[in-house]
Formats: sequence, structure tokens, C-alpha cells
Amino acid sequence: MGVEICVEGLTKSFGHQVIWQDVSLTLPAGEISVLLGPSGTGKSVFLKTLVGLLKPDRGSIWIDGKDVTRLREHDLYEVRKLFGVLFQDGALFGSMDLYDNIAFPLREHTRKSEREIRQIVLEKMDMVGLLGAEGKLPGEISGGMRKRAGLARALVLDPEIILFDEPDSGLDPVRVAYLNQLIVDLNAQIDATFLIVTHDIASARLVPDNIGLLFRRELVMFGPREELLSSGEPVVGQFLNGRMQGPIGMAEEKDAAQVEQELAELDAGNHRGPKGGKGASGAGVTPRLLPSEGIVRPPRWEEIAEYEEKMQRLRDLRAASKGAVGVDGPGVTGI
Amino acid sequence: MSLSPTNALKHSGSLFALFLDVLRTLPRRPLQIREFIQQSWFIASVTILPTALVSIPFGAVIALQIGSLTRQLGAQSFSGAASVLTVLREASPIVTALLIAGAGGSAICADLGARKIREEIDAMEVLGIDPIHRLVVPRVVASMAVAVLLNGLVSVVGVAGGYFFNVVLQNGTPGAYLASFTTLAQLPDLYWAELKALLFGAIAAIVASYKGLTAKGGPKGVGDAVNQSVVITFMLLFVVNFVMTAIYFQVVPQRG
Repeated sequence: MGVEICVEGLTKSFGHQVIWQDVSLTLPAGEISVLLGPSGTGKSVFLKTLVGLLKPDRGSIWIDGKDVTRLREHDLYEVRKLFGVLFQDGALFGSMDLYDNIAFPLREHTRKSEREIRQIVLEKMDMVGLLGAEGKLPGEISGGMRKRAGLARALVLDPEIILFDEPDSGLDPVRVAYLNQLIVDLNAQIDATFLIVTHDIASARLVPDNIGLLFRRELVMFGPREELLSSGEPVVGQFLNGRMQGPIGMAEEKDAAQVEQELAELDAGNHRGPKGGKGASGAGVTPRLLPSEGIVRPPRWEEIAEYEEKMQRLRDLRAASKGAVGVDGPGVTGI
Repeated sequence: MSLSPTNALKHSGSLFALFLDVLRTLPRRPLQIREFIQQSWFIASVTILPTALVSIPFGAVIALQIGSLTRQLGAQSFSGAASVLTVLREASPIVTALLIAGAGGSAICADLGARKIREEIDAMEVLGIDPIHRLVVPRVVASMAVAVLLNGLVSVVGVAGGYFFNVVLQNGTPGAYLASFTTLAQLPDLYWAELKALLFGAIAAIVASYKGLTAKGGPKGVGDAVNQSVVITFMLLFVVNFVMTAIYFQVVPQRG
């Protein structure tokens, strides 16, 4: 079973520049959470703070009864053994081939024999589809392969918490789909707590139990997926729909008058500019991604699957009734 | 790097903190024997050839200067004694320091800096492995070991070069040159020179590691870090060399 992460009043700044302040959230044990946010809002900084690589100015992070921000160096290394982290570019060791990279944590932390190590490494490499590439150096392979190798390395010590720093960046849509399926399957298999930092909204709609949104130096909202997907909050709505109209601007936030005007336009049904960037696909709650067929679902996933089935029936029913009455409605929203 | 005085203080403080961390981590098990051997081999391979090539002309310059100086003073019989003394006490630790810092230190700094900006160091920390224990300590120990050995090499090559230039080129008498070796020089000279080399090796590796581990700002940041690490090491080494020489004359009684 995964471990709960409880963040209270976390604030981080570099010099005079505040990155985010007063962030409080609880990542429930064993669930998948996604942290969204426009570029440059300190999502990666948040991940690095969680694992104790950066010290926050204020606040605390409770993991397994310990406050990561106040731990001594030695204890911090112990807590970090709970984590598996997938860095943006995989962060593989450039001087080792993939096999040694993935075997590295096992050789450092366990007393397993080379034969056992080989078995575990090959199993994880198979999981991420890298069998046959054991002898390659990180410099010789594509970004997608590096990312998958980084994931295999993060998984090798059976972590309780897995953090993903933009797992989709630099991957093609097909690989992103595979990766999303892999994340869901992994969650069903190992029951760890997942936190995914991304701005790919398609993944954020499909994968998580919970969604959080960082904007304007604070956590705008954090809660169950459906709550955010059906939220009326302008920032959340703008981000999840990839619209130009709304509080988020190109460089920074927009001024209040302009935001108000744009929101009024929206209310009047006056959309302008492109939307739907980065997989933002219309409003409302969309179906969730479930673990693959062959995987034994734990009770948590059984419940989710049942719930999803119910929602799907409801959606079908609505579509059917609308079709029957012939109302040209605005589509399925707000479920 | 801004030039405010507090910034300079902060960097000196962090550098010293790393030095203390290395000291504290030194005995921690498991000892990184493999990494130590690899690094020793690596540092030796980048420094041996340049060291030998630098120490021959260095010995020659000393021999020429002393040869003509002793002739002017009418003390040819002391030319061997003086040149051995110079090579052993000052020339070889300085040549060792320059090469350890210039060839070994820059390589260490570039290696760690590249790992830092590729997030490898972060990844290592997240995997629960202390980079000071896993990477820095083996490099510091390797650099110290290689420095001590290099110092011996420079002494031998420097003295041999001095002999060649004094005896063969300046027509000195071989017997007198060799016989005067021990009139001024003594064994503590060699011990002290080795101690200097040991310390120089440690300083070069610690400064290089510090600069490498704090590199930021992409490939250019690594270049800057390497540059700064070599400059800082040189300054530190010459200061430390002066202090150690001063202590030596207070502690060890001189011959003659």
C-alpha cells in the first residue's frame, strides 16, 4: 500500500521571486494525482521540494510520519528510498549502459546476487518495452526510450511513492497513450501513490483520481478529478479547455479588466481564438482510463470500474433521450 | 557570479562545508573501492605524460640557473646540492599542483558539472545515494594518491634532467655533482614535499568537486565552473604552499 503525502502551507522563493506560497494538499495513499499548471509555475520545483532536493521557506511535508523539510541529511536519504522519481529527461547516468543504470539502485541498496538483479532488471525493462536495448548508452537512444528507462530505474526498488516530471514531454501521441496505460496498470499492480506533473490535459482527464492546478503562485484548486473537470472556476476552465480567453495570458497573468471582459464574452457564448491546445478536448467529465484486461484489479480499481460503467450508462441514456426528443443541446456537460 | 562580498563569503563557507563533509564521509562504509580505482587510473592517465614533459624542462631551467649562479659565486661543488634541494622542496610540489589542478581537477569538475546539469546528481540523491560518499570522496582520495605518486615522479625526472643539463651540457663534474647531493638536502625534505603534494591533491579535487556540484545554467555553466575551479585551485595552492614552506623551516632543523 502506498504512503500518504500531506503538504501544509508550503512556500518557496528564489531570492525575492516567490515561486508559490501557502500550498496545502494531501495526496491520498495509493491514488493517482496530477498537478497541472502553465509553464513556469514551479511544478518541477514542487516535485524537487517533495523529495527534499530543495528546501522550502515555510511549511511542512509529512510523509510516513516524518516532516521532510526538517529531516537531517541522513534520515532524508532513508525517506527517499520510499520514492521513485522519473525526471524530465530520464536523468540516466551517461557513463553506464541501460542495464547498469537500471541495476544501479539494486546494487547500491540491496545485497541481491547478480542473478537476482538480472531477473528484476529484465522484468522491469520488459514492463517498459525496452528488452533488447540493455547494452545501449543513454546518449545513443531517443528521448522516449530514455524516459522509459528512467521509469524502469524508478520502479526497480518497488517504491511507495512515484513522482513523474512531465512524463509526456517530448513523446509522440501514441507513446503518450502507452505511457498513460502503463501508469494506470502500474497503479493497479503496485498500489503506490502517484504524482504526475504535466500540462498535457488529455492525460490529466484520463489518468488521475485527483487534479491540482498551480497558477499565479498558488494552488488554485486541488480535488477529485470530476470536481475540477466540472468546475466553474475561470482559471481551471481556461486551462482544462486550452482557451485563450481567461485569466492566463501569454507572458504572465492578464490585468483584471481584460479578464472580466473576456469572461463576459465567454458567458455570452462568444468564443474567439483557437482552443483545445495540448489535448484539451471540450468541457465536462470524460471517461477514465482503466487498467488493461489482463491485470488483476484490486478493490479500489473494481469500485472505479463499476462507477465508470454507471456513468457511461448515464451518458448513453442522456445522449439517447436527447436524440429522441431532438433537442440540439450543448452536448454532455457537467456530469 | 556576482562580485558582492557576502557572495564570496558564502562560497568560501560552502567550500569549507564540503571539505568537512568529505572528512566526515571518508570512513563511511561501504568504501567505494571500484570508483576509487577507476578515478585513480583516470587522473593518472590524464596527468602522467604532461607531468613528465613539464618536469624535464623545469629541471633543466633550474640546472641552468644554478649552474651559472654557482660558477659566478665560485661554488661549483655545490651545484648538485642546490639543484636537488630546489627540485625536491619546491619545484616538484608546484609542478604536481599545477598538473593535478589543471589536468585532474578540470576533468573532475567537467565530469561532475555535466552530471549536475543533466540532473544525474539529483537522480542519485533521490535514489537515496549520497553523491559526496559515492562520487566526491573516491575522487578526493584518488587525487591525493596520484598527487603523492606524481610528486615522486617529478622529483626523479627533475633531478635526472638537472644532472643531464649540468653534467653533459655545462661540463660539470659528474662525481662532484652526485657527491654533493646530500650536503644540503635531507630525507625530511622529501617527506614534506610528499605531504604538500597530498594536501594539494585534496584541495584540487575538493574545489573541482565543489564547482562541479554547484554548476548551473546549462553547458556554458559547466565551462564557467571548470574555469573558476582551475583559477581558485591555483590561488589556494600557492597560498598553501607558502604557508607550508614557512612552517617547514620552523619545524625541521636545517643542515649546515
